Amino acid sequence: MISEAVVDLSRWQFAVTSLYHFLFVPLTLGLSFLLAIMESTYVMTGKEIYKDMTQFWGKLFGINFALGVTTGLTMEFQFGMNWSYFSHYVGDVFGAPLAIEGLMAFFLESTFVGLFFFGWDKLGKGQHLTVTWLVALGSNLSALWILVANGWMQNPVGADFNYETMRMELSSFGSLLFNPSAQVKFVHTVAAGYTTASAFVLGISAYYMLKGRDAAFAQRSYTIAAGFGLAAVLSVIILGDESGYTDGEVQKAKLAAIEAEWHTELPPAAFTVIGIPDQETMETRYAVKIPWVLGLIGTRSIDEPITGLSEILEKNRLRVREGIKAYAALQTIRAGNRNAITLAEFDRYKQDLGYGLLLKRYTDKVVDATEAQIESAAQYSLPRVVPLFWTFRIMVVCGFIMLVIFVMAVIASSIRKCRQTWLLRASLLMMPLPWIACEMGWFVAEFGRQPWTIAEILPTFLSASSLTELDLYLSLAGYIGLYTVFLVIEMFLMLKFIKLGPSSLHKGRYHFEIASGVTP
Amino acid sequence: MMFDYETMRLIWWGFLGALLIGFAITGGFDLGVAILLPFLGKNDTERRVIINSIGATWEGNQVWFVTAGASLFAAWPVAYSVAFSGFYFALLLTLFALFMRPIGFDYRSKLPSQKWRNNWDIALFVGGFVPALIFGVAFGNLLKGVPFYFDNDMRIFYTGSFWALLNPFALAAGLVSLSMIVMHGAVFLQIKTTGDINRRCKKVVTIFAIITLAIFALAGIWIANIDGYQISSDVLPNAPSNPLAKIVNKETGLWLDNYAHYPLLWAVPGLAFCAGALTMALSTIGRPGLAFITSSLTLAAVILTAGVSMFPFLIPSSSAINSSLTIWDASSSFGTLKIMFWVTVILLPVVITYTTWVFRVLRGKITVEHIHQNDHTAY
Repeated sequence: MISEAVVDLSRWQFAVTSLYHFLFVPLTLGLSFLLAIMESTYVMTGKEIYKDMTQFWGKLFGINFALGVTTGLTMEFQFGMNWSYFSHYVGDVFGAPLAIEGLMAFFLESTFVGLFFFGWDKLGKGQHLTVTWLVALGSNLSALWILVANGWMQNPVGADFNYETMRMELSSFGSLLFNPSAQVKFVHTVAAGYTTASAFVLGISAYYMLKGRDAAFAQRSYTIAAGFGLAAVLSVIILGDESGYTDGEVQKAKLAAIEAEWHTELPPAAFTVIGIPDQETMETRYAVKIPWVLGLIGTRSIDEPITGLSEILEKNRLRVREGIKAYAALQTIRAGNRNAITLAEFDRYKQDLGYGLLLKRYTDKVVDATEAQIESAAQYSLPRVVPLFWTFRIMVVCGFIMLVIFVMAVIASSIRKCRQTWLLRASLLMMPLPWIACEMGWFVAEFGRQPWTIAEILPTFLSASSLTELDLYLSLAGYIGLYTVFLVIEMFLMLKFIKLGPSSLHKGRYHFEIASGVTP
Repeated sequence: MMFDYETMRLIWWGFLGALLIGFAITGGFDLGVAILLPFLGKNDTERRVIINSIGATWEGNQVWFVTAGASLFAAWPVAYSVAFSGFYFALLLTLFALFMRPIGFDYRSKLPSQKWRNNWDIALFVGGFVPALIFGVAFGNLLKGVPFYFDNDMRIFYTGSFWALLNPFALAAGLVSLSMIVMHGAVFLQIKTTGDINRRCKKVVTIFAIITLAIFALAGIWIANIDGYQISSDVLPNAPSNPLAKIVNKETGLWLDNYAHYPLLWAVPGLAFCAGALTMALSTIGRPGLAFITSSLTLAAVILTAGVSMFPFLIPSSSAINSSLTIWDASSSFGTLKIMFWVTVILLPVVITYTTWVFRVLRGKITVEHIHQNDHTAY
């Protein structure tokens, strides 16, 4: 049996490295777009200040981008290094979007990002603007393909198990690409990125206005960030990805866990605003509920039910039993006995093979599993409610606070040229919220998929590589050590350039240059 | 088009080779330049000249490597799984070294402190040196065979250690890779610079071309005396990918077997020697543009030599030889290979086209004056 410590450490390592990577990705996604908008304004109006804005926010973009690229490398290496059984089992399907991401998106983004920084004097205005848009397009396409891959882990459509190769194989590329889980995730994630970048520009611009320096520069940046941010945060909320939670059984279980929906209720289901969920007794104490809301946002209808966890558990008990039959038939086939009856038996139960594999956590002899082991496996097939319930609510609260501030920022910058100190302070204080929301969102999506790496197909504990605990302690320590140093350096540089502001461009017309008497 | 599974597998072997060679040529000179940075740049301005010779383009070049890795995942998933989990610490070291590059380039000249900059120069050197060496060591170990086996569920078990990777033959392969990358980097730097740095580059090209060819020749003699592998059961090039369904033979000198059957293949290592010698000559007479082409050919020929010698093996297993991975039994399904074939055929020319355009826009020498003029924007 696979060592549980190795699996846990591998999961920790994946969580640490991807949460860390995701500190930089949303800002890249959104800021690349904001830069393109600022530069478009420059090209259309011909006003130098918009070029300065593109270059200054571009400097901060660069500092962030470098760490995004650095930590993205880890993600690609890690599937093979730490999740080699996963890579073998689903590489036929999962590898394709990753390779397309490289060819279609990462090449585009990385090739043109150099020209963005160093091409100002070598390109015409229109050419440079095109380059900036291509960087934005590249980074957003990158997100598309990564989320096609991730969407397939959540809702694995368009693939079949092949007993000759012992792995999943792609049967429909169209289903993989147009997987509803992937589409919804893509929109939700990039909109979250736009919100993050807007909050970043909004907060820093507010800081300059509070300090009373570089007013024209700061106000224009503030206005653009407010408008783009409002559109973005509205998209995140309205197109929130709960609507994607109705495709696929594991997505349904995730939705039920987020909402602590223990039992299926008469549609449309009520939304539990807050309460204390208890997995043991399958009930939520002190629950505050709003009727109808969950049914409406979860299914976009008033007559479709939201499946409760106890009903999912009931179904999964049966699926574990059928999974045993699938596993037994597969063993016979692998031993060389390919008569028609066995093949038909396997075909009949193979969609539950993953549930059979869940038993490997409790016994090596899946075929002889006891009643107690079957019950444990079925229980294990449900996600943990408490962490999901809370992280989801933190994410939503962050989203709504941002919505309120963006609305006021838009009103203020269109009517009163945003001079209210309290709003500027709020804009500055809001800066950490998008990052908190993004990290919580990642957690909800990925922890909510447990115990699977590939929903209903491959359990997480089987996916890990056959490494030792020592291997993992060493690599995890290496990652944490280096990443901490990098973060300190990045924050140091980021803060330094934020404090300098547009004066760092050495154009001779900004606060510190004028103050210190430097003339252009 | 009516390709069968066998043809697709052959094509994907070619694509993987093309992506690796693409990385060696483009990413290779970046690694080489980074290795030379502390030695050829005698003061801060000179170092900035060297860094900015690749500063605007290295990022795109590195994507060749990322895409080669992702294509290995998509087209040869089991090979990706075995190589990446087996060479765990070697890859971890490579990864940690590669970390130094994006931040090294971007952060180094953002502060005026000389201490800050010197530290980043060391980091950039490490980011060039370690991957250049380890890529070669990895190839050397592939040629030696890797100790791994599968259980009945196709779970992979690697039975070697990190230290076992550092065997003499693999280290020789590592030195070939390191020295050819240094040579290639010096040729590129010669194109992009003037004056002192340009002169120093010529010397480096000559020295490292000689080292490359000498160790490459040595490895050629060596390989006749190490174990090679061969499929001794029937080859089923159109069967589903099951690496456990064949019988493999392991014997000294078998890696030269392909050359015995197809003597024309000797042209591949032959090309490495000719192109390497030409690189030396062209660089010395001050024609670095042409030398870059021959240097690229050298790199391509060296990599291809390893591929051709091992064909059809991708990763031979030294401990459970019948579990070795070959191009006939470690590929993705026919459907995936076909889809990814079309994706590559359409997108790769687009990538090459715009990359060429970017290099054209950024052509021209980087000089000391250029750095002084762009003190606040250059790397």
